Amino acid sequence: MFSGKVFGALAGVAVLALSATGAVAQAKDKIKVGFIYVGPVGDHGWSYQHDVGRQAIEKAFPGKVTTTFVESVPEADSERAIEQLARTGHDLIFTTSFGFMEPTLKVAKKYPNIKFEHATGFKRNPNLSTYAAKFHEGRYIIGQIAGKMTKSNTIGYVGAFPIPEVIAGINAFYLGAQSVNPAVKIKIVFANTWYDPAKEGDAAKALLDQGVDMLAQHTDSPAPIQAAEARGKFGFGQASDMERFAPKAQLTAIVDNWSDYYVARAKAVLDGTWKSEDVWGGLASNMVVMTPYKNMPDDVKKLAQETEAAIRSGKLNPFKCPITGQDGKEIECKGQGALSDEQVLGMNFYVKGIEDKIPQ
Amino acid sequence: MTTFEAILLTIVTASTPLLIAALGELVTERSGVLNLGVEGMMVMGAACSFAAAVTFDSTLLGVAAGMLAGALMAALFALLVLGFAANQTGSGLALTILGLGLSGLIGAPFVGARRDPVAPVDIPGLSDIPIIGRLFFEQDLFVYASILLTVLVGLYLMRTRSGLTLRSIGENHTSANALGLPVWRVRFWAILFGGACAGLAGAYLALVYTRFWSPGMTAGRGWIALALVVFAAWRPGWVLVGAYIFGAATVLQLHAQAAQFGVPSQVLSAVPYLATIIALLLLSIRHGRAIGAPGSLGVPFVPDR
Repeated sequence: MFSGKVFGALAGVAVLALSATGAVAQAKDKIKVGFIYVGPVGDHGWSYQHDVGRQAIEKAFPGKVTTTFVESVPEADSERAIEQLARTGHDLIFTTSFGFMEPTLKVAKKYPNIKFEHATGFKRNPNLSTYAAKFHEGRYIIGQIAGKMTKSNTIGYVGAFPIPEVIAGINAFYLGAQSVNPAVKIKIVFANTWYDPAKEGDAAKALLDQGVDMLAQHTDSPAPIQAAEARGKFGFGQASDMERFAPKAQLTAIVDNWSDYYVARAKAVLDGTWKSEDVWGGLASNMVVMTPYKNMPDDVKKLAQETEAAIRSGKLNPFKCPITGQDGKEIECKGQGALSDEQVLGMNFYVKGIEDKIPQ
Repeated sequence: MTTFEAILLTIVTASTPLLIAALGELVTERSGVLNLGVEGMMVMGAACSFAAAVTFDSTLLGVAAGMLAGALMAALFALLVLGFAANQTGSGLALTILGLGLSGLIGAPFVGARRDPVAPVDIPGLSDIPIIGRLFFEQDLFVYASILLTVLVGLYLMRTRSGLTLRSIGENHTSANALGLPVWRVRFWAILFGGACAGLAGAYLALVYTRFWSPGMTAGRGWIALALVVFAAWRPGWVLVGAYIFGAATVLQLHAQAAQFGVPSQVLSAVPYLATIIALLLLSIRHGRAIGAPGSLGVPFVPDR
């Protein structure tokens, strides 16, 4: 009896192992998709948007795909969480923060039959893709809106940390503003946190107190735009639509839309066509979406829509050459008519016109 | 409103939650109990106050719910450290972890809801005095309450018999017990008071400061409050000074960035911590008296039979 059970179990394992190896690049009927989030799904920003994408997968393949997620995973502890998903029969695992890069790679090498997708990283493997979004495209548009609408001629920016991703956003925002208003000035405050609603709000208040009337943010909570609303000034939503926090102040929001991508990748696994890739999508691929332009005059709205269309069609690149650095020297153009992807991803300089210095 | 006035107002709102939470912890620690769960109680206060305020559309009920939530968390802690004489450090840390998780669960249905600002108390005439008018006479009630609380806690600890009892229990619970003082009862109420204060601080964060709920929104303020108590040498007046220096430095460093002084933001971010430590150290040096923690702080009380 006992030995029979053991034998049965062993046979089961053998069958499982066979089916696992046989399953490579084959279509599947049912898959399990797992997600690792760095923050709580209730942050109403970064992790929230990834969860919207997860729900989109569930909706797109009823009965065929089940999803699970683990939220608020500290980067130092993420390997355990990723491996947990890998062990519990997930076919596709999304890890959605830059800090998950090394742990994801490590687990991916250990489980070659499971597909992994890591957001905003650059380390790939045959079973590990990377994906990120060109948020700076949206920031160029909101820069133009801010440049047109500012009355004090001073626009503000609440940044999280002085890292390339944020610096590129600031530059795109300022280049947009400058393109319609050459004399516009920008004030920048780094909150040195991605998420501390009270402190983000204080940073926004400091900018508003110093004469800023247009506020962009690259931190995760709605506190900055809410501060703009309280002062009767304007702002832009970050990561998700923040209109309900600032119905009068939100001019538009740059939304991270992972849904299309997540659905496509889940489908690829179902079809057996999944390949390791590096995807950097923008407005054109709907990974970056602008919410409706509101609370602004018609001519500004028209300008914003035209710019959005131009970027979408590829006619306009926010980092089109020539780009001049703060020291007045032109930045070497390594892309075709614009800065190369590597230059944007590793941006460590402010463009001419920004009077602040990057904190080193 | 001038920039100067605006900065002062922001400093007051940044300092108030720290002050309230630190005062509560101060009383708890003076009774000889170290509760490291301030962050957990505070975030529970934030979640429950916001949930209640939205559900019943009442700021007052929200505040009450926040204080109650903090006190309930504290009661759980009291059960562990008084009832079972459990390790206080471990229990406090567990309380923080529990609070961060539980508050996320309670607050989940309220993510994305918003509340209108709490109207400040406007004392006509007085609030029109230039510069200090708005600063002193046009704040929300919490601010006045926090100042009043500082005075009351100071008077209670130093000028009342009950306060003397609490302090003597904190200094040496064995002697206090031998004298027939009710160690457990006093500590229980001191722990509860600390919890209610932390809950109130959380309510202030959610209802006045940010006016929305999001998980983990206290972002470490409970730990700052804990540190303030130590650096203020367990004195209510110094806690007030410390909280305001910390708040001022936090806000001013943001202004310094916006004004483009050219100092790296990472350095400026460290200023609040440095300024508070230095100021309170100077204060204690000038005071010239031995500053020590309550003698029985953190030691479980198990009476001889």
